[in-house]
Amino acid sequence: MSTGRLLAIGIVVATVTFIVIGTLWPAASAVALAGSGAGLLHPSSTAQAAVENLAHEIGQHSWDTAYSSLANKNEFSEDDFKRDLTGSYSSLRTYATLDNVEVRPLHASADEAQIQLKLHWSTVVGTFAESRELRVTRAGDRWEVTWPVVKEPRVPPQVITVNYLRWDVIYRGAEDDWGAQDVEAPHLRIVDMHPVERSDGVVLLGELLNEDVVPAFVSVKATLLAKNGSAIASEDSFDKISHTLLPKQVTPFLISFHNVELSQVDSVHIEPSSSLIAASADPVIEIEDQKLNPAPGASLTGKLVNQSGQIVNVAHVLGTFYDNTGQLVWVSDQYVDRALLPGTPVSFAISIPPDIARKVSTERAITTAYSSDRLQ
Amino acid sequence: MKVRFTFLIGGMVLVAMQLAFAQTGALRLPRTVEAGSAFSIQSTGSGKATLYIVGPGQVLRRDVQLGETTSFAPGDLHNAGHYLAVLVGESSIDNGTFDVTAADQPAALSFLAKPSRLPVGLHSGISGVVYVFDTFKNLVLTPVQVSFQLSADAGGGQRQTVTTRDGVAWTKIDSGAKEAAAQFVAQAGSVSVTRVIQQVPGNPCSLRMNAHRAGQRLVLETEPVRDCGGNAVPDGTIVTFTEASSDGQATVDVPIKRGIARTEMPAYDGARVSVATGVVMGNEIRLGKE
Repeated sequence: MSTGRLLAIGIVVATVTFIVIGTLWPAASAVALAGSGAGLLHPSSTAQAAVENLAHEIGQHSWDTAYSSLANKNEFSEDDFKRDLTGSYSSLRTYATLDNVEVRPLHASADEAQIQLKLHWSTVVGTFAESRELRVTRAGDRWEVTWPVVKEPRVPPQVITVNYLRWDVIYRGAEDDWGAQDVEAPHLRIVDMHPVERSDGVVLLGELLNEDVVPAFVSVKATLLAKNGSAIASEDSFDKISHTLLPKQVTPFLISFHNVELSQVDSVHIEPSSSLIAASADPVIEIEDQKLNPAPGASLTGKLVNQSGQIVNVAHVLGTFYDNTGQLVWVSDQYVDRALLPGTPVSFAISIPPDIARKVSTERAITTAYSSDRLQ
Repeated sequence: MKVRFTFLIGGMVLVAMQLAFAQTGALRLPRTVEAGSAFSIQSTGSGKATLYIVGPGQVLRRDVQLGETTSFAPGDLHNAGHYLAVLVGESSIDNGTFDVTAADQPAALSFLAKPSRLPVGLHSGISGVVYVFDTFKNLVLTPVQVSFQLSADAGGGQRQTVTTRDGVAWTKIDSGAKEAAAQFVAQAGSVSVTRVIQQVPGNPCSLRMNAHRAGQRLVLETEPVRDCGGNAVPDGTIVTFTEASSDGQATVDVPIKRGIARTEMPAYDGARVSVATGVVMGNEIRLGKE
């Protein structure tokens, strides 16, 4: 009985102690989660602390506080600062949340420091990172950050004539006779497909062609079969594919099977599916200056140029990589975090695994565009 | 073995009972009745009774005077099938069976035409299946002549006549040579049903492009894109232009509009420009110095 009472008292004392410690010396992550940690921030008495404070304020969307702490606020407005980080037009940035930051001092003297700030943003389609090199200067007993603002170009008011082309579909209705045929699903063809063994499992790579004259919404599901015919695993391409295929358009696809060895696989059952959708042939996006950059940090870089008059809020770039025999060796993708304005290039970089990069000889890139007026 | 023997005996008894009812019943039933037509049932004896007629999806009940004729109006029985008539009297039960058959005259067709869209010039590419029904949606099992006709505005129609077997007629027809929304008509008697079959162009043939410089830009334009039969490839078909130079590669997927695909790309001296659509490659152009 006395042992139980002692245990209860011990638990109460420990709880109270931890509450007091947590309140007086909170962890950085707890401050961030609390959402109002301004009062708990370190004073900007060092260059690194000034950058950390700024990053925290950006993460909290405390634009006013962040802007007022900058050394060069006379060069741009608070709106410019906010637009630099969240985008002028609705894009992935607009809905992104700051996941974490990396602060790396590059150079420091008594009155000035050069610090690299890497911001890792989190979005519904994954994360993206941006890096800024900040100049931090001493102003009395505190340090202030000079923000290298990137002003997004604005599209001047104008009328852009577009020869608008779209497909609309009338499906069969409930009143139609059972013999009345519905509109035919678009015809697809798999033009390439093969499995590749990776360290974390098996990856199925391929290319799919819409050989019809109508737009298609496509997806690919694959099942790995063992020698005895049993299914090992079944997966689909998720977003490693361009789901909307216009007539005669080709998309790559990649399907990952984790924790599966290629030696276990006897055959692959692949099910491409398509449905007829209402779609538009616009916007047309050109992919300029495509370059294959070798390892380390192998990547496919380039610029997207929106040739139409419509603003593209989210662009998805898919890269298909081939070896010198023309065989497909990898598929990779990237979502572009800024909106594509008419005629304004936006850079992208798709990373390639180092071991694959050595084999890559040629590539092909395609884009899929999403505009907010079509998402509604 | 014992169980099988019991079932055999039971079955034989039931068959014997059925035969006995059919032979000794007080009902005089028609052998067959055409769906929807008027008919009558004669009974023998005297007194009151209730006549039940039970069939597929339909039950009729009539209070009858035994020895008189019970008449049924047109449309009273409209589902084709095997019917059971049961006469329940005060002291006896009689029953018998008869068939209701579909009318010989077709009144409706269910026409399955597939596919609704296919490339031109495809041998036996279009299939048509017709189910012939009477007014009451009963499958007409007697042979009926069904004509299938595929025609487009461009002409060159095809016609085939097929006799139904067990209520169904089918055929296969080649798609036409010209792109068109063809009318695929099935006709039986005075009834016809039309389906639209879109005959679309095939893969582009001899894809060719031209290029000219406009300052720092290169204007690329295909010649009118046609299939091997001379049909214009529909607008919206994607044409991919690829420009490879020492500065990198540029690609753009352009939809055909008004028969041609047109785009602008940066102009680099010595660049190689190629064009493709689907798996069909077009010509290649090497840019000289300006």
